[in-house]
Amino acid sequence: MEQNKIEIRDMNLYYGDFHALHDIDLDIKANEITAFIGPSGCGKSTLLRSLNRMNDLVEGCKITGDIRLDGVDIYHACDVNILRRRVGMVFQKPNPFPMSIYDNIAYGPRTHGIKSRVKLDEIVETSLRHAAIWDETKDCLKKSALSMSGGQQQRICIARALAADPEVLLMDEPTSALDPISTARIEDLVLELKKDYTIVMVTHNMQQATRVSDTTAFFLLGDMIEVGDTEKLFSMPKDKRTEDYITGRFG
Amino acid sequence: MRNRFDSQLLELNNELIAMGALCENAIASSVKALLGGDTKLAASAIRIDQEIDRKEREIESMCLKLLLQQQPVASDLRLISSVLKMITDIERIGDQASDIAEIVTYLSGACGHNQHIEQMAQATIKMVTDSLDAFVRRDLTLAWSVIEYDDVVDNLFAECKKDLIAEIAQNADDGERVLDILMIAKYLERIGDHATNIAEWVEFSITGTHKTPAN
Repeated sequence: MEQNKIEIRDMNLYYGDFHALHDIDLDIKANEITAFIGPSGCGKSTLLRSLNRMNDLVEGCKITGDIRLDGVDIYHACDVNILRRRVGMVFQKPNPFPMSIYDNIAYGPRTHGIKSRVKLDEIVETSLRHAAIWDETKDCLKKSALSMSGGQQQRICIARALAADPEVLLMDEPTSALDPISTARIEDLVLELKKDYTIVMVTHNMQQATRVSDTTAFFLLGDMIEVGDTEKLFSMPKDKRTEDYITGRFG
Repeated sequence: MRNRFDSQLLELNNELIAMGALCENAIASSVKALLGGDTKLAASAIRIDQEIDRKEREIESMCLKLLLQQQPVASDLRLISSVLKMITDIERIGDQASDIAEIVTYLSGACGHNQHIEQMAQATIKMVTDSLDAFVRRDLTLAWSVIEYDDVVDNLFAECKKDLIAEIAQNADDGERVLDILMIAKYLERIGDHATNIAEWVEFSITGTHKTPAN
């Protein structure tokens, strides 16, 4: 039975006077990959960041309407620290902390009060395994994460996000800074991860959206124009603006 | 915004129209050869079929190149995949026109007169022309009318068969010629089926679905 992990209802977002997102209604299904596509400045990353309240820090940012995680309003009935543990984030450019691979992964659990070495070892190994980078790092966990390749760094960042044991993983163009081989590895990984997590991904790569996502939502100038089954949206879009964007007629 | 891609699609469109025109020529020649007993025209239908085969290869490689280079989606994807399917049917129509021409040559033009075969030939030419026009004009209604018209051809085929059975009953010595004519009728009936397929791909390229079940 398909279940909504996140429900966005009548959501509007303003940066000061600028009305960045208009009346968004969207269901994000559990254990699915949802892709957000649209031209730069359409609001897709803004919406993604709203899902774990990363916009709270932006001055003048105001949100109306509801975003619910498992039915609970994340803006009014939820502690932000707990929310961010449940909803992890992976960014466009790999951003490991300037510390060892081990410490990168253990950082989150430590801040959440886990001190036991045995427990931390277990979390580090499980997270690196989940992020499909254990074999490449198990013999060099003390090495600086910054010494790894871009693709490896991105998987370390995914492992770091997984170490907090989240339920939802937000990914903001996670492969746009990577070569095709690293991209393919991350895509395989994302498909593997959806068994255990709900994934929301912003991507500028249409083919990536068709390869990995179950549902795609298309945004334009702050409006969600169309949302639907990825295969349908890319073969027979309902809205002419979607068709024009995905076929490269504008954008 | 995407000038190169648009010009490639236009070229693909034009090449398909050209292939369709060759195909119409091939059937027209073989049917004229059949009805008029003209073996020269029959030879020309066979020649055109070879050109059609070449065109199929050319268009096929254009489609594959577009899939590779442009990774098309939405209407572009539907158009290119439909063209890739349609050329197979157009090529088969060319083959069948050529097969008819070969029988006409073999019979040295002595095909006899059969009103239903004549009607069938006209009906299938209409189907092929209309299916290609439906593609050129992106005309869904015309595509649907082609799909429906296939019943007319099928009924005429049944009539032809009856005529030919009656001919054999009257003159058993004429059996071999009559069987050849039956083959021609069957080829015409198959041409109708291929025209139906083309119309179905036109429908798909416009709507993204096949409303009517495939034959």
